[in-house]
Amino acid sequence: MWRPIFALIRKELIAVFRDARSRLVLVVPPLIQLLVFGYAATFDLNHVPIAVFDPDHGQASRELVARFAGSPTFSVRKVLDSESQGSALLDARAVQMVLVIDPRFTRDLYQHRSAPVRLVVDGRNSNTALLIEGYANTILSGFALRWTAAHGGPPPAAMLDIATRYNPALLSRWFIVPGVIALLTQVVVLLVVGLSVAREREMGTFDQLLVTPLRPIDLLLGKGLPGVLIGLVEASVITVAATVWFKIPFRGEIGALYLGLLLFVIAITGLGLAVSALAATQQQALLGAFLFMVPSVILSGFATPIANMPRWVQWLTFANPMRYVLVIVRGVFLEGTGYSALASQYWPMAVIGLVTLIAAAWLFRKRTV
Amino acid sequence: MPPPTDAEPALRLADVRHRFRSGPRDVAALAGVSATAMRGTVTGLIGPDGAGKTTLMRLVAGLLRLQSGRVEVLGIDVGRDPLAVQARLGYMPQRFGLYEDLTVQENLDLYADLQDVPPAERRARYAQLLPLTGLGPFTKRLAGRLSGGMKQKLGLACTLLHPPEFLLLDEPTVGVDPVSRRELWRIIEHLTRESRTTVLFSTAYLDEAERCDQVILIHEGRLLGAGTPAAFTAEIAGRSFLASAGLGRRELQARLSAAPGILDAVIQGDRVRIVTASTGTAASADWSRAAPGLSLTPTPPRFEDSFVAKLRGIARANEPPLPPASPTATPVATAPPPPVTTGSTPGGTPEEPVIVVEHLTRRFGPFVAVRDVSFAVGRGEIFGLLGANGAGKSTTFRMLCGLLPASAGRLRVAGFDLRTAAATARARIGYMAQRFSLYADLSVRQNLRFFSSAYRLSGARQIARIDWAVGEFDLAAVLDATARDLALGYKQRLALACALMHEPQILFLDEPTSGVDPLARREFWRRINALAESGVTVLVTTHFMEEAEYCDRLIIMASGRVLADGTPASIKASARRDDRPDPTLEDAFIAMIDAAGTEVAA
Repeated sequence: MWRPIFALIRKELIAVFRDARSRLVLVVPPLIQLLVFGYAATFDLNHVPIAVFDPDHGQASRELVARFAGSPTFSVRKVLDSESQGSALLDARAVQMVLVIDPRFTRDLYQHRSAPVRLVVDGRNSNTALLIEGYANTILSGFALRWTAAHGGPPPAAMLDIATRYNPALLSRWFIVPGVIALLTQVVVLLVVGLSVAREREMGTFDQLLVTPLRPIDLLLGKGLPGVLIGLVEASVITVAATVWFKIPFRGEIGALYLGLLLFVIAITGLGLAVSALAATQQQALLGAFLFMVPSVILSGFATPIANMPRWVQWLTFANPMRYVLVIVRGVFLEGTGYSALASQYWPMAVIGLVTLIAAAWLFRKRTV
Repeated sequence: MPPPTDAEPALRLADVRHRFRSGPRDVAALAGVSATAMRGTVTGLIGPDGAGKTTLMRLVAGLLRLQSGRVEVLGIDVGRDPLAVQARLGYMPQRFGLYEDLTVQENLDLYADLQDVPPAERRARYAQLLPLTGLGPFTKRLAGRLSGGMKQKLGLACTLLHPPEFLLLDEPTVGVDPVSRRELWRIIEHLTRESRTTVLFSTAYLDEAERCDQVILIHEGRLLGAGTPAAFTAEIAGRSFLASAGLGRRELQARLSAAPGILDAVIQGDRVRIVTASTGTAASADWSRAAPGLSLTPTPPRFEDSFVAKLRGIARANEPPLPPASPTATPVATAPPPPVTTGSTPGGTPEEPVIVVEHLTRRFGPFVAVRDVSFAVGRGEIFGLLGANGAGKSTTFRMLCGLLPASAGRLRVAGFDLRTAAATARARIGYMAQRFSLYADLSVRQNLRFFSSAYRLSGARQIARIDWAVGEFDLAAVLDATARDLALGYKQRLALACALMHEPQILFLDEPTSGVDPLARREFWRRINALAESGVTVLVTTHFMEEAEYCDRLIIMASGRVLADGTPASIKASARRDDRPDPTLEDAFIAMIDAAGTEVAA
């Protein structure tokens, strides 16, 4: 009974790899997206241009300015002669922050009085502004600690001692690149599988298949397994790129990762086949795939935390396989999470896969016009 | 109308060549065509699919850049000034762009806007075109709800809104029912007579040649001949005969087509039409040996006879790599091993029908595609479903194959309803889809291997069947070619080979020879006949009236209903009149529609 299925799989793989264009689709876009996500999509701030107005010219103020200048986050572009120059630079987007130091800064510090420092931040992108404020605050409190240690004075009333686990340097790449494994695998599998049945319908070969003694289960396996195979290869390539090229730490077990990826790819294959079985043309299948793809990324926690979403949207995410696989991929990479802790992520994907595959098998025969 | 005299040609083609790149291949779509067409005449551009008709049409319309040669329309060099030509000609492409969600009137208004017809002139123009096309009563109907023939007439009306001096019609009669076809021809004749319009009309139907004033016959990009239809048939005058003998018509056809000196033998009614290599019946002694009791009646030559004679001439000229049509062995001997089942003798009256259809109905929403259709097909019979596009034959066909559920009625194929039967029941049928659906990205060998596996062949039997297919269908030379790149005739052979891999008892053929050249069609039917003789039941759909001659029995369908049921001879006999002693199936079809008084298009 396996021979016809193998013949289908063989045919499917030949059809994908014989065509130069579909070969290209499997290799080039994922590569470009991996580079784009790995390098360009980052929440980290680097070399934020700032201006400094320091009428104090004291020992302390120079030390503070040096701390800003020495930080990789900020880059001092201009030293100002008046405070009003700062506003003009902010307006022109030449700088994103102006550091204004009080004329009595050094004197106040030596007298153990609180010494005011003012930050004027460009708030047009609120997210960036908050990040800038945070970084500046870190530099300021570092300076204050060192100053009291060297020159005495009352210690701060309360002190934060922050230890960041899993990603000590808080590199957003560590968060994004493992997510890209799930994202790109989903794109490739959905396109390869989603178009396969629709293409055959368009060519008329699907009727030809339906009149052979192949059963729906044979068609399902013959159409689905190539997608699963291609998806797993794709995921493996990106996983290797993530660890070797982007140097993302891999702390867990390969098996735990692959179990998750396998279930994920099966669920996406089922969805792709169901979309494909419903569509009469390749164009409809493509539209259907994108109709699913865009919300599924937003509702997955890929970029924004699911916990921040309204409750009813959170309910929706339970039907989204990507939601679960992201937890698995990130968990295995950064935390080294094991099988048992991920069980609650594995089984929902298995359920989604089962339901979509059964639906697809049923739709193969029903949807005939 | 402009002053130039009618003696000056409206179209002049001089050594027109055109090449396409199709993937890795470089295809010569046109290999040096020269011809002329006179003003105010209908010129038929005739040839099978892939002959280069559409390419030539688009070159004449200035829609393709001329690569080599010269095209002159109404005295204008199209290569130099395509816009000047386009202002004076009308072009109706194969699939005219009607907006199916607009009504007939809205489509006309839209095209009048697009062609910049002044609003003041529109009313008068509509008043001419609507009665001419018979669309008057249907102006409020959505274009998508029109029949195939009415859509073509609406497309033609849209093309004629701005009266063109030169009209290009690309296969306007494909898949159109005979009544609409006759009406389209009336419109064309009216145009050439009343407004001296020059018409270039392309078609793959050879019988339409006889309606043209002159014919340009092309095949695989080459010009086979140009001239009046009478000139074509005059070349083979005295070489056409109707043969009969004390044999079954299929047997007689098989023997005669293998006999020396006979270029063509096709079934026509109860007799076999032959075209001989030379005039006279010098070799008739040989033929009589092949078919004892042979009697020959001279018959006027048809255009198709002349085309076949020309094609045979070409095939003979480049003998070694010839297309497979040469009947080297008797067809019966090359027939595939029959799926041996005990039972009735071939040709005899089968005791139990293999296919039974009773009161079959299929609705799509409020639309009834198939209405109360009943028929039965016996073992070893070739049964035809004949009708125009949209007549319901494909829907019936798909229900029989189990691809579509019936809304009402009963159907049995080899005792099963394939929609609900176990998958293994489908191993009894072979299916050849319209347009020869194969896996275009796979090679010929991979296609054969895939389909044989899908039919659960394995091991020695699979190898044996693939070898059989390669030998029987002459596929050895193209075994590693990608299916996409095959010529149409090869695609058709590969599709049939794939459908026969598992030696089915029943063969379903959907429009099996549409567009292929007459030699490929003969070759195809030779195989089908041999299969039927060996006991395979064949169900075939076609919109080709002529093709129905090959069927033992057929039903003619229109608007989802069965109009007639019987043998080709009995159906034709029903249309026999004093002024029409030997009617064709097409005549019979038209007579039935007229008698029924129903609007086929409705």
